[in-house]
Amino acid sequence: MAKAKETVSRTLLVALVLSIVFSVVVSTAAVVLRPAQIKNQNLDIKTNILAAAGMLPNGAGADEIESVFSRFDVRLVDLDTGDYVEPSFVDVNDPMKYDMYKAASDPKMSSKIPSSDDKAGIKRRPNIAKVYTLSENGEMTRVVLPVHGYGLWSTLYGFVSLEGDLNTIEGLGFYAHAETPGLGGEVDNPRWKSQWVGKELYDQDKTEPQIRLVKGGVGANTPDKQHKVDALSGATLTSRGVQHLVNYWLGERGYAPFLKKLREGEV
Amino acid sequence: MSEMSAKQVLFEPIFSNNPIGLQILGICSALAVTTSMNVTIVMCLSVIAVTAFSNLAVSLVRTQIPGSIRIIVQMTIIASLVIVVDQILKAYAYEISKQLSVFVGLIITNCIVMGRAEGFAMKNGPWLSFVDGVGNGVGYSVMLLFVAFFRELLGAGSLFGVTLLSPVNEGGWYITNGLLLLPPSAFFIIGLAIWGLRTWMPEQVEEEDYKMSRHTHKEAF
Repeated sequence: MAKAKETVSRTLLVALVLSIVFSVVVSTAAVVLRPAQIKNQNLDIKTNILAAAGMLPNGAGADEIESVFSRFDVRLVDLDTGDYVEPSFVDVNDPMKYDMYKAASDPKMSSKIPSSDDKAGIKRRPNIAKVYTLSENGEMTRVVLPVHGYGLWSTLYGFVSLEGDLNTIEGLGFYAHAETPGLGGEVDNPRWKSQWVGKELYDQDKTEPQIRLVKGGVGANTPDKQHKVDALSGATLTSRGVQHLVNYWLGERGYAPFLKKLREGEV
Repeated sequence: MSEMSAKQVLFEPIFSNNPIGLQILGICSALAVTTSMNVTIVMCLSVIAVTAFSNLAVSLVRTQIPGSIRIIVQMTIIASLVIVVDQILKAYAYEISKQLSVFVGLIITNCIVMGRAEGFAMKNGPWLSFVDGVGNGVGYSVMLLFVAFFRELLGAGSLFGVTLLSPVNEGGWYITNGLLLLPPSAFFIIGLAIWGLRTWMPEQVEEEDYKMSRHTHKEAF
């Protein structure tokens, strides 16, 4: 018995059977649980959009989130020109189905970012972005913009929400990242995120965003405090990443052309 | 080993042979996931499930596993179980699975799981192995919850997310101890816990490897 199981054929057989059994176990789990996971992810994205916009009702259930979210218009924007484009332009019927991060890896739907411009560390940028706008009585009151960029270990994906003046930040939140829990992972901390509320993106000239994450806190006497946010303790690189990705995405290469046209009422 | 009763196998690892306290295994995740009780509990349940079922599975096939590939066989079993646990968390506890992030996947590398599979399940029957897995998982959990209790209470002023000591930066009076939210603090707490454990059960204190001899030569100064 002890000898019989040490032969080469026996070893291969055990390895083969084991691999088959466990690949079935793993793939069954993956397939069976997939719908629940996708539902969670979608709900999480909507929750994050609402949270960034400061519109998330306390302790809201799934239905409530869906109903609040349905007030938003989902639109696609050409980042270079700043104009809206029809969903058919990217071969989808519902703008919600367009995945700008998938598009970023498709050479036909994205462009390479020259390394000198690549502050956010994302290498490629999709040509078309997905934005969420909220209008009340014909006036735009909120714009939620997806942003992403590299932190320390991972790409952070999130949203920045702007008020109707398209300059004041209403909120910011990340829904996917793998920064160090307890350090860079504190980008999810509600207390830290609450500092962003009311910060202003642009100076007078309205071209380049001026957001800075600074060490040592932001007090009443800090110069330019409308652009400054206290950096995360123990997470210099994550903080730097957040600063860069916000400035990149709200800058000329990001949403600035779109925001300019919105401000001037051209789109 | 056969004279050990299931009860002994279950309770031994909790205090008298605690995987963290005595064997000093699984420290990595003990540092990483103990900032809040909620997250810790989910991590503990995941580890208990993985150690229990991997022990069971390894023990069931132990007579068939060729010695030359036994480690990789155990690894496959453990890795598969961890993936299943990760998938379940993503489907039913999405928020917490986001906070645990990579640490669920890293259960694979948790020495406790592998250690019990190799050290116990390869030599014992399925039932006893399963119980041993639960016992060691619980032993790990007790220590983690102990650490998390102090880290969350003193570091964030709350337990299970419920504020008990209202922190200064939320307008309260409690100055939170930021160090306790950082990983090194878990070392201090685990160290204190091990000290306490060994004072209570002096038989856990290891014998000294060597004894320093008296200083006999007069050296440079």
